Amino acid sequence: MSLISEGAEVRRPALAEPSLATVGDYIALLKPRVMSLVVFTALVGLSVAPGSLHPITAFTALLCIAVGAGASGALNMWFDADIDAKMTRTARRPVPMGRVQPGEALAFGLTLSGFSVVVLGLLVNVLAAALLAFTIFFYVAIYTMWLKRSTPQNIVIGGAAGAFPPMIGWAAVTGSLSLEPILLFAIIFIWTPPHFWALALYKTEDYARAGIPMLPVVAGEVVTRRHILLYTLLLVPVAIAPWPLGFAGAMYGVTSVVTGAIMLLLAWQVFRERRPAERACRNLFAFSILYLFLLFAVLLVDRGWGGLIARIAT
Amino acid sequence: MSIGLAMNEPANKDDGVVLTEAQKRARRSRSIAIAVSLAALVLLFYVMTLVKGPMILVRPM
Repeated sequence: MSLISEGAEVRRPALAEPSLATVGDYIALLKPRVMSLVVFTALVGLSVAPGSLHPITAFTALLCIAVGAGASGALNMWFDADIDAKMTRTARRPVPMGRVQPGEALAFGLTLSGFSVVVLGLLVNVLAAALLAFTIFFYVAIYTMWLKRSTPQNIVIGGAAGAFPPMIGWAAVTGSLSLEPILLFAIIFIWTPPHFWALALYKTEDYARAGIPMLPVVAGEVVTRRHILLYTLLLVPVAIAPWPLGFAGAMYGVTSVVTGAIMLLLAWQVFRERRPAERACRNLFAFSILYLFLLFAVLLVDRGWGGLIARIAT
Repeated sequence: MSIGLAMNEPANKDDGVVLTEAQKRARRSRSIAIAVSLAALVLLFYVMTLVKGPMILVRPM
């Protein structure tokens, strides 16, 4: 049973009432902004992988990964409609607004999940499809249904779901895994907690109202700020690691060192903040998105760009 | 009641669901989106078959 199902204010039309959902509502169920980051990190994994892949096969792989990520978002919105209705950030999503009925979101998510995994398996390779299926399962069943409502470590473990796409991209090309895609996984995995805790610090009331046991709600602000700093201290060397390990060149090295220093500075400002001021947390949250984007973009240019152009040219 | 009688009866406004114009527009847009998605899927399979040729049946791990 859900911890927070009582008092949910999801607007449900009568069963016989025809749907007013537009195509835009269904696109919103796919969480396009999250999907764009997933596609980008998968593209990097695909581009830096050794070996060759026909551009149309690469496009198919990215399309399947994008649809699979969108399907996860739809299933997340189906299950979380009750808590989405209580949070200002999510209250205008299609299910809590009553524009899409929960059953429709469930059917949409399950259909797209099945299609994305089967098509990836049929047209690209089975390992990539298996990883995509596991990612959808992890995000929906492990994170959304279990961890999110039961532990303040929800996004620490659940962050793995968002970290898989570069591995899927790599597997689409090579049909195997190695240290390099695991390192890309580790960067996103360790990046996720400070990113979301910075958001949770200035949305604490929202999360508390919805009954989600985010770290600031359960352990308080001081503990959360300390955790943000500790995770950032761990993140920065892991993000630099592709350079000394020889997976990336000097351009990536310089970028990861400079942006890592800014991340540490912002995390320190959050840590030193004595009162619940939003500014430092907002700055860290916003920069963390840019940080991850820059790391992967530079890796794409530094390492994968040549291979990508060669693939398109052949 | 026979089928013939039922067909000759005047339409009762209370029977069935009568869509509003907004609902009809929403349904039409959804139907078009489904049709476009299916056509894109067919095209994807066609193009991928051309790209892979006989290798389409080979699915390495």
